[in-house]
Amino acid sequence: MRTAVRQAPRAALIALVLLVVVWLALKGSKDGTTFLQVTLNGLSIGGLFFVVAAGFTLIFGLMRVVNMAHGSLYLFGGYLAYKAQASWFHGAASQFSLTAGNKVSVASFVVPLIYATVVIGLVGLVIQQVLLRWNQGQELRQALITIAVSVIFADQLLAHYGGIAQTINQPTSWPLSVTVGSFHYPFFRLAVVLGSAVVIGVLLYLLIKRTRFGMIVRAGVDDRAMLSAMGVNVQVVFAAAFFIGSALAGFAGVLGGAVLSVQPGYDTQLLLDALIVVIVGGMGSLGGAAIGAVLLGLVQSYSAIYLKFGSTDLTNYAILLTFILVIVVLAVRPLGLFGRPA
Amino acid sequence: MSAAARIGAAGAALRRARPTTPAAAGGWAVLAVIGVLLLLAPAIGPNVWVSQVLTQALWLGIAAVSLTFLSRYGGMISLGQVAIYGIAGFAMANVVHTINSEGGLNLGWTPWLGVLFGIAVAVFIAFLYGAVASRSYGIYFLMTTLALSLLVFYFFGQVTQLSGFGGVRDVSHPGFLGDTLTNGTPLFYVCLGASAGVYLLLRYVVRTPFGIALQGIRDDPPRMASLGYNVPLHRTLAFTLGAFVASIAGILSVWYNTQIAPGNIGIGQTLAVLIVAVIGGLSRLEGAWIGALAYTLIEWYSRSWTPTVGNWLGPGQFNTIIGIVFLLIVLLSPDGLIGIWQRLRTRVGPLLGGSPPAAPEAGRAEEAEPKQTGVSTADGSSSSEVQEA
Repeated sequence: MRTAVRQAPRAALIALVLLVVVWLALKGSKDGTTFLQVTLNGLSIGGLFFVVAAGFTLIFGLMRVVNMAHGSLYLFGGYLAYKAQASWFHGAASQFSLTAGNKVSVASFVVPLIYATVVIGLVGLVIQQVLLRWNQGQELRQALITIAVSVIFADQLLAHYGGIAQTINQPTSWPLSVTVGSFHYPFFRLAVVLGSAVVIGVLLYLLIKRTRFGMIVRAGVDDRAMLSAMGVNVQVVFAAAFFIGSALAGFAGVLGGAVLSVQPGYDTQLLLDALIVVIVGGMGSLGGAAIGAVLLGLVQSYSAIYLKFGSTDLTNYAILLTFILVIVVLAVRPLGLFGRPA
Repeated sequence: MSAAARIGAAGAALRRARPTTPAAAGGWAVLAVIGVLLLLAPAIGPNVWVSQVLTQALWLGIAAVSLTFLSRYGGMISLGQVAIYGIAGFAMANVVHTINSEGGLNLGWTPWLGVLFGIAVAVFIAFLYGAVASRSYGIYFLMTTLALSLLVFYFFGQVTQLSGFGGVRDVSHPGFLGDTLTNGTPLFYVCLGASAGVYLLLRYVVRTPFGIALQGIRDDPPRMASLGYNVPLHRTLAFTLGAFVASIAGILSVWYNTQIAPGNIGIGQTLAVLIVAVIGGLSRLEGAWIGALAYTLIEWYSRSWTPTVGNWLGPGQFNTIIGIVFLLIVLLSPDGLIGIWQRLRTRVGPLLGGSPPAAPEAGRAEEAEPKQTGVSTADGSSSSEVQEA
């Protein structure tokens, strides 16, 4: 009886997954092109989620710091790149000038991208060195500190950049879409967002599994005190990890600013997405972040399109499916799919 | 351990937890004085002060005390309290009569039935979510409940059938409150009564066998589990009790605002309740109302005080100010204003020849004081590490 009760969530999960797969297969067989489109949408937005969540989970895995200001760093990165593009490359940031034939050079996208990534990495580093370094180990206090930082950031970003949604322009010399046969898909989403997510994932994997730095990081995740006792300067490793994690948030902010937009509220939106990704995938696990990001992206994009049954349109309730995803995973694995006890 | 032995042990703990030391009596005396002053407030203070500042501080304090209770006695810092009060508020606002019938289902139930329904729905959903979330601890619990808050916010933002386009407005309330916009005194007394009731309820609960077991679970979950206590169930029930308290705040907030919109339960409000609880001090239940008063005063008066410094600071930038206050409190005094007060008494008290403040601390020692003070205790793992060390 007890085991039956224990197994109930697992059985429910398997049944649910089967149901979803069958349902999607039915939808896919009806209209293949739309299905492919929706799937790629989910994967590319999942790629964005992955870049944000990877930084979040890297910082948490090593330092046990839940950086609640991660979403603010994402948004700040977007604004920095937007401003840089507008003021350094004349005309590039005016959306209306595009139709008049104005060119957006590759440099006017790449330079702000690098600039925002580096600056946000440094901002994160400053936050860590000034506010977090001296109360290491007090997880909740650190979470509260970063919450305070995020409150201040949200207000300051609103004051400095205003409340209007802005877009970072994509280079005009890049193709608009990728075409396979009769199927078109936006080039930027596929190649730049999804591509850079894959590249970042692979690079992080290599960094963590193949380099001396990664070896130290992995050792630090398992036993910080012992690593420190063996003569490794843990503080430098922490600082580097915080820089990389924050820089990833800034990088994602620029991509998000080009694909979606830069506007107040996206800080909490992306923080929520990153939280769900790591709750589902398991805190501190890079593979978990990848799985969680893909799952979240697909759930969001499928539920936004396919929650229509005959004439009843339930797409308004799409957010409930995200909720169900979180609940189901937590019920079966409280630490997430790839989570390990600290 | 058999059930009888467990009850026996808990009973012993309960007897120990009921000291009638002079210090405890002094504490009650202070509370009684504050209570009387508040009862007389409408006669003494200016009308705006009572109907706006104090009323908001009272219901915000109820929302915050649900968090303080969970943190102090259950070791769970929950960011889901605003989601729960939002569910209660929206559930009530949808079923009762709304005057202009703008948004919401407008089913036309009587206000009191709506109150019961709102609280019941919120408590039920919180019980279900708590059953899942109670298995995660410390920072994981914080994130899981933050996810709840954000999801509820986006849910009501998207489902306009339930939230209307600009929220559910002109929600009707029980008749004896009268017109809350012109005369806030009845609502003030309702908030005062609810605050007193919630405070006494929580003080009572933490001294019951359930409350004692909950504190044991806060300090060392594996040990309590091995003693035969159902750890997830205790945590779930604590979360549900917190939800009940939060849903009362939700009802009161709707009456205070006369409406509820998704914006009322957004991330800003979630953080506001956290900020209130932390500013006041998570170490004592009273801190919630102290924090709420401080928060409301800053919110109320910062507009006229704040100087304009370029883009950085201006009358509209209340959030920057409260964020900085919050940051300073977390950095300098994790016990909040109550912690500052207690430290002042330790330093200054003896100089003035007052009673040494060690006495009240000793009086409360049986309440199973956490090993460390303040925010860090709320984390189960760190406090158990301290024990083992």
